[in-house]
Amino acid sequence: MKSSTLSFLLAGLLLTGGVHASAADHVHASHAWIRVLPGDLPAGAYVTLQNDGDQPVALSGASSTVYADVMLHQSSTAGDMSRMTMVDALPVPAHGKAVLAPAGYHLMLMQANAPVKPGDTVRLTLSFTDGSTLATDFIARPANAMDAGDDHRGH
Amino acid sequence: MKLCRAFLPALLLVVGLLLAGCQHDEPLPFRLTNISGHMPDLDFKLTDDHGKAVTGADYRGKVVLLYFGYTHCPDVCPLTLAQLHVVMQRLGPLADGARILFVSVDPARDTPAVMHAYVNAFDSRAVGLTGDARATEALSKRYRSAFTREPGSADGSYEVSHSSAIYVFDRDGKARLLSTPSASRDDLVHDLHLLLDTGATP
Repeated sequence: MKSSTLSFLLAGLLLTGGVHASAADHVHASHAWIRVLPGDLPAGAYVTLQNDGDQPVALSGASSTVYADVMLHQSSTAGDMSRMTMVDALPVPAHGKAVLAPAGYHLMLMQANAPVKPGDTVRLTLSFTDGSTLATDFIARPANAMDAGDDHRGH
Repeated sequence: MKLCRAFLPALLLVVGLLLAGCQHDEPLPFRLTNISGHMPDLDFKLTDDHGKAVTGADYRGKVVLLYFGYTHCPDVCPLTLAQLHVVMQRLGPLADGARILFVSVDPARDTPAVMHAYVNAFDSRAVGLTGDARATEALSKRYRSAFTREPGSADGSYEVSHSSAIYVFDRDGKARLLSTPSASRDDLVHDLHLLLDTGATP
């Protein structure tokens, strides 16, 4: 009995050591919210990603059953001109974080298959460059919201 | 001594000019970039979000915040309008003397109906303005506010890069201030107080 439990534990330990932990295992998502716009206009989604791992990871995009298309974008300002560019991957440093926030990195959500209203929760599946995924619930906020509206914002 | 003799007339001239300036018109102590006298008055012929033809003259008597954008802009445009909403909230009842004019640089997709739903999602004192490409371009050129359309993708969608500046006009339609989304909201509230507190047109 005793020896079989021990060997089971040992096998488990060996297995853990052998399998490379995925990016998603080390990433925690917080302050996840969507700025809902009227009609079928594309919406911006924002989230803070904390990487507790010893290795840098990178967000490559997201998908959703609610939106037909989700793209990782970056808004930038040069002079007084604003523009948006597509981003292939957003690095999240080891023991560091990446912030998707208004006027910077964001997920552009397009073509909702059902109206999303403020107060709704929408699940987005974040994907990382190693192929791992992290299902995250985003709170839908009104168009004129400034942030996730939670009581424990980072700053 | 020689220096003083040369300097004194210049100093007197400066003091004289300052006094003349004060007598003429006390400059308001703005915190944002003061563009008084450097930009043309508010003037346009566009369609509002009720489908009504409007001109710059229709907004005389209101302090106007003019911003160019488009509704398919998911990040910076809504952020700017949300910030302006916060500023209007902070002005309290005074905000009734101000209007946010959101001019679409994407008239192909931004109909008055789309604009109506859009601006009202931000603030009841926001007005959505559209026009044909020529009218929109004329207005944006007037305020040196450039925009370009990025090449479209296969599904017909496209992005528009645009100026993020906010132009503020006084109740007489005179251009007074230039703000940007990165400017502090406190400064915008402060300066709008100066323009709104001066009351009706003199």
